[in-house]
Amino acid sequence: MSIPGSWYLVLSALLFGIGALGLLVRRNVLVMFMCIELMLNAANLAFVTFSRTLKDIGGQADVFFVLVVAAAEVTVGLAIVVAIFRRRHNAVADDLSSMKG
Amino acid sequence: MGLLLASAPTLPDLVVFILGALMVLGGAVGVIAWRNPVHAALSLVLTLFGIAVLFIEQQADFLAAVQIIVYAGAIVVLFLFVIMFLGVDRTENVRSEPIPLQRPLAGILVVIMVGSIIALGAESHWLTGAKSVVAPTTNSFWNINELGRVVFSDYLFAFEATGALLIIAVVGAVVLARRSGAATSEEALPTLEEDEFDDFEEVER
Repeated sequence: MSIPGSWYLVLSALLFGIGALGLLVRRNVLVMFMCIELMLNAANLAFVTFSRTLKDIGGQADVFFVLVVAAAEVTVGLAIVVAIFRRRHNAVADDLSSMKG
Repeated sequence: MGLLLASAPTLPDLVVFILGALMVLGGAVGVIAWRNPVHAALSLVLTLFGIAVLFIEQQADFLAAVQIIVYAGAIVVLFLFVIMFLGVDRTENVRSEPIPLQRPLAGILVVIMVGSIIALGAESHWLTGAKSVVAPTTNSFWNINELGRVVFSDYLFAFEATGALLIIAVVGAVVLARRSGAATSEEALPTLEEDEFDDFEEVER
């Protein structure tokens, strides 16, 4: 008997929580991006778990698309970080307050 | 929570799961705990490998390979390139806290969120829903056949859309990160003008 799906789902929830905590606490934009990757991976793990336990290949196809979206998101996000760094010479999220009302 | 221990897994499965879970959680804690972004990126690699191990444990071999190639091979390398390129690999001042009570509030909110996710799962018996809506997974070791068939038939529109998305992302990244252009000259012009103005003044004097 293999590992029950609930164990994977609890692990996925914990990983998502750690990623969310890092996103809320850290101030470096690059580390915040890495935390978003952690949360996406938690979602992927849950998708694969549902795919296995419900015997449906659709979950794995969804993971495929999440991977593509993550790659596109990181590409554009890091380009924005580079553009911000050229102007301000740091990558700290709290300093980007010029649009504050 | 009784469903958590409903069925006893075999020892190899248990060992692989525990090792994968330790890799995932240890790497994730490292990502948010290391002050140096390079160390955080390397911890991210550990988490991604742990996820790949758990994918293999759940018979998603193709996705495990893609996970390692795309994430560890491309995305983390991109992170490291940008970290090195920008020279932001210095440690962050973790003491300063611009928003008061940010950390305690974040911790409380995350604990509430994870607790309610787990409670909701336990309440609804974790896994409910119709079996095999799209296409069944086979029990064979390689399910890449079904995955390919589903991606090119049921998910064809989404597949084409991801192709467009990737093109748009590449073009957007090139446009954003290009060095020459209005952004840099706009920034450089005022200081240049002031310097020239000072030079002229000195010459006149």
